[in-house]
Amino acid sequence: MAEATGLAAPAAADDDQATLHAPAGASAPSSPPPAPAARGRRLPRVVWALPPVAVLGVVLLYPLALVVQQSLAPDRGGAFSGYTAVLGSAAFREALGTTVWLAAGATVGCLLLGFVLALIIAFVPFPGARAVAKFIDVFLSFPSFLITLALLFIYGTVGMANGVWTDVTGASEGPFHFLTTPWGVLLAEITYFTPFVVRPLLAAFSQLDTAQLEVASSLGAGPARVIRRVILPEALPALAAGGSLVLVMCLNEFGIVLFTGAKDVTTLPMLVYGKAILESDYPAACVVAVVNIVISVGLFGLYRVVSKRAGA
Amino acid sequence: MSGIRFESVSVAYGGHTVLDSLDLTVEPGEVMALLGPSGSGKTTALRAVAGFVTPASGRVLIGGRDVTHLPPHKRGIGMVVQQYALFPHMRVKENVAFGLRAHRTPRSGIPGRVAEALEMTGMGAYAERYPRELSGGQQQRVAIARALAIRPGVLLLDEPLSALDAQLRSGMLAELARLHRELPDVSLLYVTHDQVEALTLADRIAVMDRARLQDCGTPQELYRTPRTEFTASFVGNANLLPVTVAERGAVFEGRTLTVGPAGQAPYGIAPGATATLCVRPHLLALGEGPNALRGRITEVQWRGSTHRLYVEVAGHRIKADLPELRETPALGDEVTLHFEPRDAVLLTAGVSHG
Repeated sequence: MAEATGLAAPAAADDDQATLHAPAGASAPSSPPPAPAARGRRLPRVVWALPPVAVLGVVLLYPLALVVQQSLAPDRGGAFSGYTAVLGSAAFREALGTTVWLAAGATVGCLLLGFVLALIIAFVPFPGARAVAKFIDVFLSFPSFLITLALLFIYGTVGMANGVWTDVTGASEGPFHFLTTPWGVLLAEITYFTPFVVRPLLAAFSQLDTAQLEVASSLGAGPARVIRRVILPEALPALAAGGSLVLVMCLNEFGIVLFTGAKDVTTLPMLVYGKAILESDYPAACVVAVVNIVISVGLFGLYRVVSKRAGA
Repeated sequence: MSGIRFESVSVAYGGHTVLDSLDLTVEPGEVMALLGPSGSGKTTALRAVAGFVTPASGRVLIGGRDVTHLPPHKRGIGMVVQQYALFPHMRVKENVAFGLRAHRTPRSGIPGRVAEALEMTGMGAYAERYPRELSGGQQQRVAIARALAIRPGVLLLDEPLSALDAQLRSGMLAELARLHRELPDVSLLYVTHDQVEALTLADRIAVMDRARLQDCGTPQELYRTPRTEFTASFVGNANLLPVTVAERGAVFEGRTLTVGPAGQAPYGIAPGATATLCVRPHLLALGEGPNALRGRITEVQWRGSTHRLYVEVAGHRIKADLPELRETPALGDEVTLHFEPRDAVLLTAGVSHG
């Protein structure tokens, strides 16, 4: 962005000088002016930036500003009283903790599972490997609650697994109740978000020169060493990209947590939902939302710094 | 000391045979070039030694040991490929140390071995560099050092010079010959489609075409007395003329040509049989002489020190490489070419494949 404007600005200045010295419209050949500008007075290029900025502002930034403003304007007390109240509450601290460990756990799970899956899809020749890779693309377009719904069919209280158990043992209820615990949320998040790690990994692996792998094994490296010393270093930028994407998305995930029906699992987005919709406490909801945004943006910034360091 | 042995090795992909029962022995310390056009099966043969393809039938032996079903990392071979395949995230010295670490060389011995291998390829000064900071030729030297650091008994080279420009290539060729003089125990299997590389470097050349071994012999044997039309045309780009064998020589389009040492029936081929007469372009001379062939010039190419003439003789296009001519002949001129009987070779049609 900065580079683009940096380039555009001197070019505009050149054009202005050209019009000053040569009013006939013979502008510098390096930057041919748009046809209408050659007649009448030309618009400063900044003008063209206004419509997109205006749309962005109205559609995106204004509501965001409202959220921030609302969080700072509680019904009673000072500007930051809302923050002190919410941030000090046990419910918030618990939600923050749950959110962070769920997101971190899901990210680690996705990275491990995704790396193994991508290795198999990319390097183990099996019939249908390409179809599986294609399916992963499709999977990315699924809504997150769909996965949770599918898991409910299998592990839910009246799901298949419990049904088989009660049929076989004659017990009144099955042993699978983990779906409504944080572990159920973790399972659903790992299931849903793993393809977001696999996708960039497959792209990175396709860039990898297979001759490197062959030479490595001719030099005496077994599969484990080839993965650790040749494939993994090459995959690090992709792992960082996929991992941070998953981390941010898990922090903000709402549908999965709602659909598991895990009443005790309160994450930040669930807290926002509870405060705003169920308790009609908008200022408090906005405070939590702002905290959520700050964490997301902060993580994104961190990711940019790290990925630049890594030379990606 | 370990040699390589192919025993009726066949490789097929989905019913398509890419290597057809190859029998070939590379003696310990020998440089064997696998020469052939692309798709001839030469790279497949090398990959069968490395362990990247599994033969459908037959056995591969390295140093007398059957390695047919051994995974690549247990074969103890060095390999150099066309595109260098250096590990981009490792410094040069780490690249060279890779094989030593994989072979669990004692930690204290690694720096010395790395330095030795880099010194041998003239890359000692570049140990701290990353591959991206090196030129193509330098990268290939590092790749060779990396392969030699593990002191393999067998070094496989898969078109190692194809990615380099012509000048670097001849330099690297001399370098490879020197390396082999310094490491006389290492057997080299050198895959190339370039006959100059094969003729310069190899002790013996195995000529391959269409998944089969066509010919095998020393460079001199293959060049002077090729046994098949394919060898004759692929190694040295010979003129091939269809002839009928006569009592004394061979009949080409009604003209009797004498072939081989005077007075002998050529190669014991029965008179009346059809055969192919092979004569190298540079062994043809202008003017009257033995075995004169008269024809019309259809193309003239000036190549600096030589002129290449294409002469049409009785409907056959004959190539002649002549020392640079004072006066360039014109297209359509009638000329006479001749060659010495001992400079021609008769190939029986029965052995030809090409």
